Amino acid sequence: MTAGAWEMVVGLEVHVQLRTRTKTFCDCAVAFAAPPNSNTCPVCLALPGALPVLNGRAVELAVRAALALGCTVHEDSRFARKHYFYPDLPKGYQISQYDRPLATGGEVGIGGDDALAGKRIGVTRLHMEEDAGKSVHDRFPMATAIDLNRAGVPLIEIVSEPDLRSAREAGAYLRALRRLLDYLDVSDLNMEEGSLRVDANISIREAGSESFGTRTEVKNLNSFSGVERALDAEYARQVAVVSSGGSIEQQTMLWDESRGEIRPARAKEGSHDYRYFPDPDLPPLRLDPAWITAMRDALPELPDARRLRFERDLALDPVDADALVADPMIADYFESLARNHGDAKTAANWVMGEVRAALKSSDGGIATFPVPPEALAGVLDLVRDGTVSTTAAKRVFAVMREERMSGSSTGAREIAEREGLTQVGDADQLEQWVDDAIAADPDTWARLVAGERKLLGVFVGSVMQRSGSRADPRKVSQLLSARAAAP
Amino acid sequence: MTIDEAGLRRVAALARLRLAGDRLHALSSQVGSILEHMAALQAVDTANVPPMSAAPTAASALRADDGEPLPLAIPRDRFAPAWRDGFFLVPRVASHEGEPTGDA
Amino acid sequence: MTGPAAVAARELARAHAAGERDVIHTVRTAFDRADEVGPGGENLNCLLSSDREAALTAAEALPAGALALRGVPVVVKDNIATLDLPTTCASRVLEHYVSPYEATVVRRLRDAGAIIVGKSNLDEFAMGSSTEHSAFGPTRNPVDRSRVPGGSSGGSAAAVAAGIAPIALGSETGGSVRQPAAFCGVVGVKPTYGRVSRFGLVAFASSLDQVGVFGRTVDDAALGLAVIAGHDPRDATSAAEPVRDHGGERGAPLRGLVVGRPREYFADSLDPRIVALCDRAAETLRAAGAEIRDVSLPHTALAIPAYYVIAPAECSSNLARFDGARYGLRVEGDGLSAMYEATRSRGFGDEVIRRVLLGTWVLSAGYYDAYYRKAMQVRALIADDFDRVFAHGVDCLLTPTAPTPAFPLGAIADPYEMYLSDVFTVTANLAGLPGISVPAGRVDGLPIGAQLLGRRFDEATLFRAAFAIEAALGEEAHR
Ligand SMILES: [Mg+2]
Ligand SMILES: [Zn+2]
Repeated sequence: MTAGAWEMVVGLEVHVQLRTRTKTFCDCAVAFAAPPNSNTCPVCLALPGALPVLNGRAVELAVRAALALGCTVHEDSRFARKHYFYPDLPKGYQISQYDRPLATGGEVGIGGDDALAGKRIGVTRLHMEEDAGKSVHDRFPMATAIDLNRAGVPLIEIVSEPDLRSAREAGAYLRALRRLLDYLDVSDLNMEEGSLRVDANISIREAGSESFGTRTEVKNLNSFSGVERALDAEYARQVAVVSSGGSIEQQTMLWDESRGEIRPARAKEGSHDYRYFPDPDLPPLRLDPAWITAMRDALPELPDARRLRFERDLALDPVDADALVADPMIADYFESLARNHGDAKTAANWVMGEVRAALKSSDGGIATFPVPPEALAGVLDLVRDGTVSTTAAKRVFAVMREERMSGSSTGAREIAEREGLTQVGDADQLEQWVDDAIAADPDTWARLVAGERKLLGVFVGSVMQRSGSRADPRKVSQLLSARAAAP
Repeated sequence: MTIDEAGLRRVAALARLRLAGDRLHALSSQVGSILEHMAALQAVDTANVPPMSAAPTAASALRADDGEPLPLAIPRDRFAPAWRDGFFLVPRVASHEGEPTGDA
Repeated sequence: MTGPAAVAARELARAHAAGERDVIHTVRTAFDRADEVGPGGENLNCLLSSDREAALTAAEALPAGALALRGVPVVVKDNIATLDLPTTCASRVLEHYVSPYEATVVRRLRDAGAIIVGKSNLDEFAMGSSTEHSAFGPTRNPVDRSRVPGGSSGGSAAAVAAGIAPIALGSETGGSVRQPAAFCGVVGVKPTYGRVSRFGLVAFASSLDQVGVFGRTVDDAALGLAVIAGHDPRDATSAAEPVRDHGGERGAPLRGLVVGRPREYFADSLDPRIVALCDRAAETLRAAGAEIRDVSLPHTALAIPAYYVIAPAECSSNLARFDGARYGLRVEGDGLSAMYEATRSRGFGDEVIRRVLLGTWVLSAGYYDAYYRKAMQVRALIADDFDRVFAHGVDCLLTPTAPTPAFPLGAIADPYEMYLSDVFTVTANLAGLPGISVPAGRVDGLPIGAQLLGRRFDEATLFRAAFAIEAALGEEAHR
């Protein structure tokens, strides 16, 4: 059987660190890169006698995420203890939700990509749990160093249905999920800092089959593209095993990003018996249905809805709309710009062109971008009323950015005038520049007059250059055409 | 349902206890006879009985996200069995011990 | 009895505040008494640690004014975290461990002006009914040195009985305050689950554990409870119920009170002399106006099997943190697993290991439903028994506290036989109810306790009845 006859079946487990000030069950600060063990207390060190108390803010953020995924949030959920011994797990168990999770039954829509657009991936469950600490194996010889700053940091685990059929789909799901969570402002979503982590369950089956094959779990995935590469590698491995008559062993595989290789983890699956039972230190988490409803009502507009609104109300094409909603703050910027200026299409072009380019060349994000949308709208207004050319407008924008960074608040019109960028419509001045342009290249002009109309652009460019981009290109073009027709 | 020495050995491994032969033998017969008394539970009809909630108090008390951690009156390096540069130290994880595959 | 415990704690605190008694003298007397029963003397081995100088310094530093326990010596069980004395849980694994933080109940004692005299012996991690399972040697019963004081809070019970302090803290998981109180002839109260903060109580079985109070008298116990009770934001299972000082129940009329006598607690096999003492106590209540009514709690016989599934299961989980990584004993081994195993196998005694194994087994894959889930269902049936009786007009129950008086050291070798010592007390822990043991007389010169069980958060009724029994029996209670 050829590789093409095997279908990939993937489900993802995504751990998302919630953006709280303190840990899940104690008052220790959540901070990245603090000195080791500096954010630890009797509770997260698991000192004898210490007890957990649940962080209400973590519950709020988890519920927000669950509602945005369209999950049913349960009025009664429980925390359980999941037991295993490891030095970065201070209590000898992780507090996690098991048989009574916070939320079940949601979905994530994959948008944007033409081939995948419209596909919806089921979310089996979303539950709350605490993170483990960090084991550092390579710092000291003969010893493993333990840093418990991360122990007890609040996480949600989002488990998808095995609905994904390709590495590309898995990547699209992850990007859609991240975009959604970004809108909710529940997490930093930073894979390098570990605030977003992905594990994949993958199996293969004959195309058209309804049953599932034995799955492996792929861990150590450090980026979305890494997830895609790892899935392709594991898919290829499984196909090779099965094609040569072997069978897939249920085990954990580790992805080696630097080598682009997949290898089995040392510890065997099945050697674990987690002995889950309800944590007697934590009463059931009971949520008031009215509160859940209020939380649902308070959700921001989510990316799917926003994209549709951009298409419907602002007449943006789907690709533009999708690109604009990718980042909620960019989308906010665009909306404000469109509202202030009035023409959504132009606003979209500017945001995706000039604004994004400017952001890319600077360190800051849109939150610290020096030109507010109201000021940029002033620039766009100048183009629309013919005061400056598009080229000049870009220059006004650049100057404005420069000046705003040093605290100035000079408006677009003032900059355009001061910098001499306003368009010149005065006929005498335009005639003069046209004369100069023709005089500078009489041979080409003669060919144009003789009928080589495509040379018109050369002279438009020449005039624009002489005018310092201040000439109105439409008028220049008319003038040159008239001269060529009657020399 | 009772427990034999092999079962007890498996459970001891899960609980990270190493029991020498005679201790294991004694414990397995003791634990086995205790388990025999538990058989009384199996005879009870509990078909329609929900298990008692683990924490008998009713409401779940949530904590505000703005507290200060309880201070430690003794610095960490004074109660740690082994400590260096701010880290707790444990014996190097041997190759056969592996990474936990089920953690967060 | 000559120590400060001969004076009621309430009177002691008042006299200290009024300047009629010297706090320093009181504290010295407590330590002198501890010395008399200590290693050079009777060697009861009831205290594992104490610090006379620290206690005197604390006594001198007391702020002015009236405090509920001003200058009152108090003993604290060594599984409750204190800053200035070790917290060993009578285990090798915590032999030299000093807690970097203090339990809420200890902070409340100190805020009320109590002076901590010492930390008391217990069965390792509170697992036992005789205090013989201490890694640091058994405690002896002050009434009869050849006998156990009961357990697991045997050290606290013995300290109060020996007159070191009028009040001591213990902890209960299945009767560890009431049973030693009965064995030593003192008062022991186990509050409603959630009444007292568990923050700083080293967990044995979290859904059953509760800090309890020993008193030489009912009023001492009431005062001690009033000081430590109340909601604690650091314990999610602590209740926000209002707290009262049940000293006010002394002398309250019993007219209209209905006291149940559950027949399952008075089986034919029970020593008739114990039955007679309990009936005498019941008779004092009847004489004071209460109605005694026969009732049934049909699932009582299942309490011990259910308890010995649930408690070990939670214990196996709670004791996982003792791994040698962050604090306490570490026994080095070749690699991480070897270190874990050496530390835990050498750090824990046999009874603890038995329970960890039992608990790990009942939670392990394939057995959870048959054992743990089943036991939690039976637990619900046991709680229902009580609810039904209380719903039918019964205000509290009167039973023996334990099936026997204090037994000789070493007399019970079979673990399960030892477990049966808790047969009348575990039910309250399973159901989360309050209970109190009051001295009811003696059999062969050994103290017998009568137990009162009540509705959740209705300690008031228990104290009202306990005060009445204490007042009616007078010195008979100790004869
Ligand atoms: Mg997880
Ligand atoms: Zn902490």
